[in-house]
Amino acid sequence: MSAFWEFLQANSQMLQQAIVTHLFYVFVSVAAGFVLGVVLGIALSRLPSQYAAVLLPVLSVFQTIPGVVFIGLLFLQLGMVPITVIIALAIYATFPVLKNTYTGLTGVEAKYIEAAKGCGMTRFQTLVRVELPLALPSIIGGLRLSTVYTVSWAVLASMIGLGGLGNFVYQGVESNNDLLIITGAIPAAIIAVVLGALIDLLQRHVVPRGLRKGAEK
Amino acid sequence: MIQFEHVMKNYGNTKILKDLSFTVPDGQFLVLIGPSGCGKTTTLKLINRLSEPDGGRILMDGKDISKINPVQLRRHIGYVIQQIGLFPNMTVEQNICVVPKLLKMDKSKYSQLAREYLEMVGLPYEQYAHKYPNELSGGQQQRIGVLRALAASPPVVLMDEPFGALDPMTREVLQDEVKKLQKKLNKTIVFVTHDMDEALKLADVILFMNQGEIEQMDSPEKMLEHPASDLVRSFLGKRTPVESDQLRVEDCMMTKPFVVSMDQGILECAEKMARSGIDTLLVVDENDKYLGVLPINNIRKYGRTASGIVPLLSTDYRTVRVGEYARESMDYLLGTNASFVVVLNADDTIAGIITRNRMARVVAETLWGEEK
Repeated sequence: MSAFWEFLQANSQMLQQAIVTHLFYVFVSVAAGFVLGVVLGIALSRLPSQYAAVLLPVLSVFQTIPGVVFIGLLFLQLGMVPITVIIALAIYATFPVLKNTYTGLTGVEAKYIEAAKGCGMTRFQTLVRVELPLALPSIIGGLRLSTVYTVSWAVLASMIGLGGLGNFVYQGVESNNDLLIITGAIPAAIIAVVLGALIDLLQRHVVPRGLRKGAEK
Repeated sequence: MIQFEHVMKNYGNTKILKDLSFTVPDGQFLVLIGPSGCGKTTTLKLINRLSEPDGGRILMDGKDISKINPVQLRRHIGYVIQQIGLFPNMTVEQNICVVPKLLKMDKSKYSQLAREYLEMVGLPYEQYAHKYPNELSGGQQQRIGVLRALAASPPVVLMDEPFGALDPMTREVLQDEVKKLQKKLNKTIVFVTHDMDEALKLADVILFMNQGEIEQMDSPEKMLEHPASDLVRSFLGKRTPVESDQLRVEDCMMTKPFVVSMDQGILECAEKMARSGIDTLLVVDENDKYLGVLPINNIRKYGRTASGIVPLLSTDYRTVRVGEYARESMDYLLGTNASFVVVLNADDTIAGIITRNRMARVVAETLWGEEK
């Protein structure tokens, strides 16, 4: 344990650098993936359900393609630039958000939509004022999944030499140094837990009392 | 004023509405009723263009509604649905102000508006305005549903079985409130129900539909007096006055009157009367056959000298047999100061009694519909 501590102190500069890079990848790609996922989820929910019945299973198969393969392919196309990593991670981050947005929106009970329409809301107003708020808990659930996944996938960035906490892990694997692996893995795990907790906090703040489960009668 | 002119509607090959024409004048409470699938809900949804006709036209204040933008149209027509459909992400106040907000009314007036309307249905603003729908009871929720439909002061309000899912007590209270609001605010209301009691209670005019056509359109009284067909009559059920002549005594009697056996003591009987707050007891013999009536006055007068209750019995109370028409007994009760008539089974046992109260109730029920 003390060896680990000494190692950390010796490499603190490098570790900080790696964490910052790692977080940068996570934030940018999750943000992009979130926007994309919500937009595509909304679009898919407006189409007849047959589209989703075909598309969603295809997407989940796609999601099982290992990130390594995907980053490798993009690397061949785009080269060793951060955008390669960000595009790859953003696409992976899109799936959970897309899927949860879709399920959230299609799960909105017909009575609310009929009421909205009957009140004289346009389709856009119905979406923004009723459907999206009702789907919000589900959408944020998707964001949480994406974020936690992306923290671990971002480790792959160092595979093409682009830094992040993966640097420690890969070097550790190559040089058979457990200390190095742990130095990369533990902060990544902590980041995942902390970001997850932050999103739970967000969930509690943005979801109105009326939508929370087990609200007082 | 709403006018339907030769309106038709098909779903595939089925004709839902066949050449429907009627007019709803301003301020009228029109109730659409009929068996399920008769087209009443479709008719309602044509008015705010949630559904479009396949033929004919619908005019609102003389304007063809197919020429009005449906979104704009709906903002000027209140709409209440059975499933209530309050937006769970909004507070009571926000729900009430949905349409005013869509119409871009002055924001500063929202809370005043919510306050006024909440007061109309007896929900204090401070206590309810900032609650969410899931914090209210079903009856309170539908009150807010009605307020949401009224808040932008639309001249016309559509209600699609709004109280169908509520318990009978709450339903009645809300019916009263809606009727009161309608009169106070002078709204034109088109109301769909399958409950004839509700229709009779609320309607100025009942439009009875069957298989996409008008079976009968009349005021509740006229419909009760002259149902146009057997179907309408069956919906009206026992309420038609035609049947009041057919009432039998067992239809209007009170079962389980206070009965004592002839070997009871005088004091016991007096005590029983005092405890139950009545002034007479029916007395039977050991075989449960009717002997007579024991009035409290007889106990007062002769109670000290008598040995049992039998000498105190009065036998001049009118008795009738089960199966006889009730008419005569009612006439008798109205024509004399007798307080009840005793109804006997064929074997002289007691079936029940017809009291004045009971009679008044039965007469009211046959006139105005049975209480549920």
